Amino acid sequence: MANSKSAGLSGAIVNHAIVDSFRKLDPRTMVKSPVMFVVEIGFVITLLLSFDPNLFGGHYGPGSGERAFNIFVTVVLFITVLFGNFAEAIAEGRGKAQAESLRKSKTDLTANRRRSDGTYERIPATTLRRGDIVRVLAGEAIPGDGEVIEGLGSVDESAITGESAPVIRGAGGDFSSVTGGTKLLSDELVIRITADPGESFLDKMISLVEGASRQKTPNELALSVLLAGLTLIFLIVVDTLRPIATYLGAPIDIATLIALLVCLIPTTIGALLSAIGIAGMDRVIRFNVIAKSGKAVEAAGDVNTLILDKTGTITIGNRLASEFIPVGQHTDKSLIEIAVLSSLFDETPEGRSVVELSKENGVSFVREEFHDAENIEFSADTRMSGLNLPDGTVTRKGAVDAIRQYVQQRGGKVPADLEAKTSRIAMEGGTPLAVVSGNEVYGLIYLKDIVKPGMKERFEELRKMGIKTVMCTGDNPLTAATIAKEAGVDDFIAEAKPEDKMRLIKEEQAQGKLVAMSGDGTNDAPALAQADVGLAMNTGTPAAKEAGNMVDLDSDPTKLIEVVSIGKQLLITRGAITTFSIANDVAKYFAIIPAMFIAMIPQLQALNIMHLTSPRSAILSALIFNAIIIPLLIPLAMRGVKYRPMNATSMLMRNIFIYGIGGVIAPFVGIKIIDLIITALGLAHI
Amino acid sequence: MVNLWRSLRFLVVSVVLLGLIYPLIVTGIGQLLFPYHANGSMIKLHGRVVGSMLIAQNVTNPGLFHYRPSAVNYAGNGSGGSNLGPTNPALIKEIKGNIQTVEQQNPGTPVSQIPPDMVESSASGLDPDISIQDAKIQVPRISKATGLSQQVLMALINRNEQGRFLGIWGQPMVNVMKLNLALLQQRGK
Amino acid sequence: MTFAGTIGILAVVALILALAIPMGGYIYRVFTGQRNWFEPVYAPVERVIYKFVGINPDAEMDWKSYAKSWLLVQFVMALFVYIIFVLQGHLPINPDHIKGMSWDLAFNTAASFITNTNWQNYAGEQSMSYLGQMAAITYLQFTSAAAGVVAVIAFVRGMVANKGKTLGNFWVDYVKVHTRILLPLAFLFAIVFVGLGLPETLHGAQIAHTLQGGTQTISRGPVASLEAIKQLGTNGGGYFNANSAHPFEDPTALTTVLEILAMALIPAALVTTFGKFIKDRKQAAVLYVFLTGLLLAGAFTVYASESAGDPLVHHLLGIGGGNMEGKEVRFGQSLSSIFVAATTAFTTGAVNTMHDSLTPLGGMVPIVFMMFNSVFGGIGVGLLNILMFLIIAVFLSGLMVGRTPEIFGKKIEAREIKLATAAMLVHPFVILVPTAIALVTKAGTSSMANPGLHGFSEVLYAFTSGAANNGSAFAGLNGNTVFYNVAIGLVMLFGRYVSMVAMFAMAGSLVKKSVVPESAGTLRTNTFSFGGVFLAVIIIVGALTFFPAVAVGPIGEHLQMIAGQLAK
Repeated sequence: MANSKSAGLSGAIVNHAIVDSFRKLDPRTMVKSPVMFVVEIGFVITLLLSFDPNLFGGHYGPGSGERAFNIFVTVVLFITVLFGNFAEAIAEGRGKAQAESLRKSKTDLTANRRRSDGTYERIPATTLRRGDIVRVLAGEAIPGDGEVIEGLGSVDESAITGESAPVIRGAGGDFSSVTGGTKLLSDELVIRITADPGESFLDKMISLVEGASRQKTPNELALSVLLAGLTLIFLIVVDTLRPIATYLGAPIDIATLIALLVCLIPTTIGALLSAIGIAGMDRVIRFNVIAKSGKAVEAAGDVNTLILDKTGTITIGNRLASEFIPVGQHTDKSLIEIAVLSSLFDETPEGRSVVELSKENGVSFVREEFHDAENIEFSADTRMSGLNLPDGTVTRKGAVDAIRQYVQQRGGKVPADLEAKTSRIAMEGGTPLAVVSGNEVYGLIYLKDIVKPGMKERFEELRKMGIKTVMCTGDNPLTAATIAKEAGVDDFIAEAKPEDKMRLIKEEQAQGKLVAMSGDGTNDAPALAQADVGLAMNTGTPAAKEAGNMVDLDSDPTKLIEVVSIGKQLLITRGAITTFSIANDVAKYFAIIPAMFIAMIPQLQALNIMHLTSPRSAILSALIFNAIIIPLLIPLAMRGVKYRPMNATSMLMRNIFIYGIGGVIAPFVGIKIIDLIITALGLAHI
Repeated sequence: MVNLWRSLRFLVVSVVLLGLIYPLIVTGIGQLLFPYHANGSMIKLHGRVVGSMLIAQNVTNPGLFHYRPSAVNYAGNGSGGSNLGPTNPALIKEIKGNIQTVEQQNPGTPVSQIPPDMVESSASGLDPDISIQDAKIQVPRISKATGLSQQVLMALINRNEQGRFLGIWGQPMVNVMKLNLALLQQRGK
Repeated sequence: MTFAGTIGILAVVALILALAIPMGGYIYRVFTGQRNWFEPVYAPVERVIYKFVGINPDAEMDWKSYAKSWLLVQFVMALFVYIIFVLQGHLPINPDHIKGMSWDLAFNTAASFITNTNWQNYAGEQSMSYLGQMAAITYLQFTSAAAGVVAVIAFVRGMVANKGKTLGNFWVDYVKVHTRILLPLAFLFAIVFVGLGLPETLHGAQIAHTLQGGTQTISRGPVASLEAIKQLGTNGGGYFNANSAHPFEDPTALTTVLEILAMALIPAALVTTFGKFIKDRKQAAVLYVFLTGLLLAGAFTVYASESAGDPLVHHLLGIGGGNMEGKEVRFGQSLSSIFVAATTAFTTGAVNTMHDSLTPLGGMVPIVFMMFNSVFGGIGVGLLNILMFLIIAVFLSGLMVGRTPEIFGKKIEAREIKLATAAMLVHPFVILVPTAIALVTKAGTSSMANPGLHGFSEVLYAFTSGAANNGSAFAGLNGNTVFYNVAIGLVMLFGRYVSMVAMFAMAGSLVKKSVVPESAGTLRTNTFSFGGVFLAVIIIVGALTFFPAVAVGPIGEHLQMIAGQLAK
C-alpha cells in the first residue's frame, strides 16, 4: 500500500483500463448505467443503418451521403460508450493494482495451529477458522486476523498500513489485535483467530479497493433516478420530433434523432458517475482509511457533530512538563533536583520532558552515575513512579492525591500551599504531579497538555462547514474547559465515561443530526457502532474495528476531518458534473434544432447562432463534443472538485458559476471549434 | 365502503350548498340590489328591448355608429372571435375585406388613418365599444346620412367618451349603444 | 406600449401582492384551526355538515387514507356531473331547452371540471343548461379548487412535521376551504360583479329588436356567481363561449382587473401560507420575488409583442399599430396582456383575448407558462409544483455544496427524488406524446383552424393546456371531436392525478422524517442566490424539455412572420 499510495496512472493501469472498456461493452454490464445503455442501443441502431440506410424506411439514394453520415455517427457513438467505460475502468484500475499487491501478501501464508492435545500442526492459512489458536514465531507472517492471548512482540504492519515503524502487540489491553498478512519481528505470539476465511481484514480490504463489493450509495441512487428520469424525458422529446417533422413535410433521419438524443441525455455524468464514486473511495483509501462502505463516506460529508477525544486527537496527548512549582520551604533548585532524579529512567514522554525542562534550568544528571539505583515504574495501583537510590533516598513523582496519601502514610506532613497550587494548575488545564523525596513534598511539576498546532484553525473550518465539535476527556471540568477554549472546540464533556459518549451520540441523533467519532478501545465499540461515522483506529481492539464503519490504518483520529472533506467532495463532484452535463444541452440545442428543421423552416437558421457550416457538421460537432467531454472530465472525476470550507450559499454560487454558467458557455466554444475542424477537413458536406 | 357512503353524502350536501344555494342567493341579492345589471343591462326604447348596453349588434345603417367587425355576425347567443393566427392568409383576407367595407362606407378615409380595432374582429364578436378614432372616422358618413353637423357628432363622441379607469386601466373609447342612443335622442327619435 | 399601460400592469401585480399576503395569513389560520371573527357563523354550519356527512373532525389521517378520500370524493363528483351533462335535456332549470351532451363531450367536460382545467369543447350559451351551469360547472369550480388547496396543505403539513404520521383530516380541511375561504370570497366577488354589470338571472335569453330593426337573441343567466368562483378557484371555464372576453362576463376594465385579482389571490396567498407553516417569512419573500419577476417578464413580453403588432398586416395592408384581432377595446393591449400572462401563470384558463390570434411571441408566453406550470400556478397545485421544483433544485444544489440535500430540515433521498421525477415526467409525457399522435393522424390535423406552424401551435397549446390543467385554448382548434374529447380528457386526468398522488406519497415519506436543525453547513433556501438556482431549474428543465416544440411552433412562426412569409 505504501508504494501505491502516491502511484499515479501508470501505463499498466491505462492499458488494463483500455481492455476493460471493451469488456464492459457487454449489454449486461452496460444496463447498470441506464444513460450509457441508451447510447449503446443508439450505436447498434446506427450501426445497422450504416449497412442499409433505408432499413427502417426512408428513400436515401447513394448520392445522399446518408450512409457516410450514419457511419460517422456510429463511430462517434461507439467512442462515446468506450469513453464512459474507460472512465469507470481507470477508476477501478488503481484499486485493482492495490488489490493485486495485497493478494500477494496473502498467498503462501501458513499457520501453526494448536491441536486439541496442545501440539502444533502446520496448515495453509486459508483453512483457519474462527476460534483456532495459532503460534507465530519471530520472522513469521501472522496467518490471520486475531487477538493475542499470550506473549508480546513487535509487528511490522507495513504491508497494510504502509507505516514502516514496527508496533508492539501483546496479550490483554487495547493492543492485542493483529492483522493477517503482517509480520512478527521479535518474540513469539499465541493468537486466537477471530475471522473465518474470506472475512478477514485483508479479504475485506481487497474487495473494497477492488470495488467488487461497491454498492450504490443512497445519494448515488437518488441521482441515478433523476438521471434516468431526464433520459426518459429526452426520449419522449426526441421521439415526438419525428411526427412533428412529418407534419411539417420533411421527415428527419433516424441517425440525426439518435444524435440529438445522445447529446441531450446526461451522458457526461452518466459516464462518470460510477468513476466518481470509485475514485472517492479510492481517495479515502489513499488517506490510509478503510471505509467499509461508500455510504459511510457519504455520511461523513453530512456529519453535524464531531466527537473527538481530547488526548491524542486535539492535544498531542503527552503532557509535557512546563514549570516547576516548589511548595513549603523548598526552593526551585531542590525541587528540580528531586524531580529529575525521579524521572531519570522514566521513558515516558512526561518523564523525558521533566529531564528536558530541568536541563533548561541548568540541572542535569548523568544516568550512568545511577546505574545501581532501582527504577520504580508507573503502575495504575500506585499512580507514581520514581527512583530508589542505593543510599536509601527515595524519590517519587505522581498524582497529587496519591502522593499525599503516600506522604501521610509515612508520617510526613503535607505543606499547606500544596492544595492551592494544585488547584491553580488544574484550573489552567494542566496536570499537576507532586514530587516527593522521603516523606517530604518538594513541590509540583506542571504538566501541560499541548494543543496540536493548527487544530484551532481546523475547528474554525469545521465551524464554517457547519460542523459542531465536541471534545471528550476524562479531565475534570476545569481542565476540560481550559483546553476546550484553547483548542476552540464548541463543546466538551469532562470526566467522560464511555456511557457519556453514547448518550451524547444518541441525543444528537435524536435531533436528527449525524454524528462522527473515533475510538480504539473495546469500551468505545458500542459508541462507534451507534455513531453514523465511526472511525476505529487500526491499533484498536478487534471489537472497536468491528464496530466502526471505517478503520484508520495510521491510527490518527484527526483523520475524521479529512474524511469529512472527502465525503463532501464526493457529493460536490457529482453535483458539479451533473450540472455541467445538463447545462451543456443549451448549446447542443442551438446546434442541432436549426440543423434539423432547416428544410422545413429555413428561417430557423436565425437560431444557428454559432454559424455552423452545415446541418450535418452541426450535428456531428455537437455529438463529438459530447463524446470528448467525457475523457476531458475524467481527471476532475478522479481528483474531485476542490473543496474549500465556506458557507453553503457562497459555495453554491461558486460552483454554479463554474459548472453551471461554464457548462452553458463551454460547449458553444467547443462545438464551434469542432465544426471548424470538420469544415477544414472537408467533411462538412458528406 | 364507509368512504364511498361518506363521499355520496358529501356530494349531496355540497351540491345543494354550492350548486344551488350559493347561485340562488347571489341571484336574489343581485335582482334586489341591481336589477338592471342582473338582467343583462337591457335597453328599452319605446317599450321594446332594443338590445343590451353591453352587447354589440349588427348595425349597418349609415346613420348610426357601427360596431367593430364580428367573427360571429353579432350572435348574442353565440359569442366568439375569428381565431385566425397572425400568419394565416385568411386573416389578411378578412382584414382586407373589412378595410374595403370601411373605405366604401366612409369614402376618403386614408388606410393609414384606420385604427386596427376598426378592421380586426373583436374577441367576443360582441364588443360593445369602439376606439375614439373609429368613431371619428364614422362622423362624416353619419353627418351625411342624418344631416347632423360634424361638430354636433364630435361633441356627442366627446361627451360619451370613457377614459382609462384611474388613468391606468383600459383605453379611451365610446360605447356604441350609448352613442347611438344619444344620437337618436339628438335627432329627436 | 404606453406609459399608462405599463403602470397599469404593474398596478395590477401590486394589487395582487398587497391583498394576497394578508390572505395567506388568513388561510394559515384556517388550517391551523384558529378561530376568527366569523366563528359563530362558520362553526355551526360546519358542525351540521360534519354531522350529515358523518365526519369525526378529530380523526387524523395518514397520507394513504387522506389521498384515498381525496380521490374517491372527486370520482363521485365527476360521475355525478357526467350524468347531468348527458341528461340535462330532461332535467329542470333549462329555460333555453338545451339538449344533453354526447358521451365523449360529457367525458371531456367532466374530466375538465373535476381537474380544475375547465377546458371547454362546448359553447356555454348553446350547450349547457342553467342547471348544468350551477349544479355542475359552478359546483365543480368550488370543489376542484378546494381539492387543490387541501392537497398542498396536507403536503406542507407533511413537510414541517417532525417524525409525524398524519397529514390532518381530509374532510375537515375540505369542508373548511369551502366554508371559510371559497364561499365567503365568492359571495363578495359575485355581488360586486353584479354591481359592475355581470348578469345574474334565471330568466332565459332576451330577444331584442335592434336599433335598425333586426332581432338578436341575447343569452344570459346566472353569470356573476359562476364568474366569481371561476376566477377565485383558478378554474377559468366561462359561462359563454368567448369567456371573459364576453361583455357579460367581463364588462369593464375594472371588472377585468378584479378578475385577474380573483384568480391570483389564493395561489399567490398560498405562498405566504407556506411561509407561515415553515415559519420562514424570507422563504416566502424569495419565492414572491422570483415568481412575480417571471409573471411580469411574461406580461411585458406579451405587451411588447402585441403592441408591436403583426408586420404582415402592416406591410401587406398598411394598417398600423398593435394587434387588435381577437381583443376587446375596453381592455386594450395592456390589460389583455396581463390577463394572458396571469391566466396561464395562475393556470386559470379564463381568457379576455383570443389567444389563437395573439402574435407568435405573445402566444408563446402562455404556452411556456403552462409548460412551467409553476409561475405561482393553479390553486394549490401551483404551490405543489413549486415545491416539486424546489426539491429538484435543492437536490442538485445540495450536491454542489457537498451535503445530502435537505429541504426545510428534511433529507431528500432516493424515494423523494423518485416521486419528484415521476411527477416531473408526467408533464412532458402528456403534452408531447398526444401532440405527436395528433400531428400524424387525420383526426388530429383536421381540427386545426390555422395552417402551417400556427396549426401545430394550436395542437401543442391544447395538450399543454390540458396537461397544465389550465383550460385556455388556441380556440380555433375544433376540440369537439371524439379524438380530442377523449385525448384531452385523458391528458387532463393524468396531468392532475399522477403528479398529485406522487406528491401525496412524498408527503407520506417526508412526514416521517425528523427535522435536521439548521447549521452553517445547511444550504439555505431562503436566499436570493438559491432563488436564482430555483428559477434556473424551472426554466432549464422547461426549456430543455420543450425547446424543440416551442422552436417549431411560436418561434418558427415568429421568424417566418418577421421574414414576411404567410403560412401555406
